Amino acid sequence: MSAAAAIATHAFQPGQTVHVRKVDSLGHIRTPHYIRGSTGVIERFVGFFKNPEELAYGRSGEPRCALYRVRFVQSQVWPDYSGAAGDTIDIDIYEHWLQPVNPS
Amino acid sequence: MSHDHHHDHGDHAHGHRHPNQPDHDDALTYYRKLEMAVRELLIEKNIISADEVRKVVEDIESRSPEGGARVVARAWSDPQFRQALLEDATAACTSMGFEMALYDVKLTVVENTPDVHNMVVCTLCSCYPRMLLGLPPAWYKSRAYRSRAVREPRAVLREFGLELGDDVSVRVHDSTADLRYLVLPMRPEGTERMTEAELIAIVNRDSMIGTAIVSPPIE
Repeated sequence: MSAAAAIATHAFQPGQTVHVRKVDSLGHIRTPHYIRGSTGVIERFVGFFKNPEELAYGRSGEPRCALYRVRFVQSQVWPDYSGAAGDTIDIDIYEHWLQPVNPS
Repeated sequence: MSHDHHHDHGDHAHGHRHPNQPDHDDALTYYRKLEMAVRELLIEKNIISADEVRKVVEDIESRSPEGGARVVARAWSDPQFRQALLEDATAACTSMGFEMALYDVKLTVVENTPDVHNMVVCTLCSCYPRMLLGLPPAWYKSRAYRSRAVREPRAVLREFGLELGDDVSVRVHDSTADLRYLVLPMRPEGTERMTEAELIAIVNRDSMIGTAIVSPPIE
């Protein structure tokens, strides 16, 4: 029951601005290096999934992690981006890699 | 299957040996040996069974881009299905008879519009909607595609023969986690009277990865 309660909530809502933690972490990490330190917007909350950083070592992956699709503006990700201003990249990121950004 | 091999081709007498065909085995590389060793250990320790491995390999090899084309053609033909597909692709494909249970991922369909072109990559490895498209092409797994698709998608698309204007936003999807993306390409003009079966035949694999569009059929 406690496990069920633990997965019942997720922190971010669509439209919310988030910052990807910029840490060099060892192990099986699904957050690509190129996006760490970037700021994006939650496109959708996807669901709760077993933590791949734990699964990779034969552990249970529980408690499950909230997963989001986060949208980034390409010209902010790559300073020399040559495409159109509207070009974006969506990346699937687990909640513990995201921090809230307060609108200034 | 037993194979009775009576060598008696007309008057061709068989007192000699056929030269053997060369073996076509792939090289026993380091990673192939590693895979075999790990697989055999896992089976020996009863963590997985040889039968489970066989079942998954057979399932993956039975899939092909025709599956994805069937889904796209249905979505073009049936607005209600299209809506269901965009909301919950796993459920919608299950309703079409696709066996999805072996794939513990969330299939997600992204729709191309006149304003947005979607393109799929997996920068970490080779995540791909195998349940609908089968095994990914070699280029999809290449370092060049994986690194360039996120950084200069328009240059990559140009090399695939697709030039998009700046009025179309390119939306790249890096499938880094538990989602698998399939692009729903735009239905080409001039196909309004085509049946679903005819539409299936014009949907190409790359259009469902987002490195191509579906061209109108040539009259």
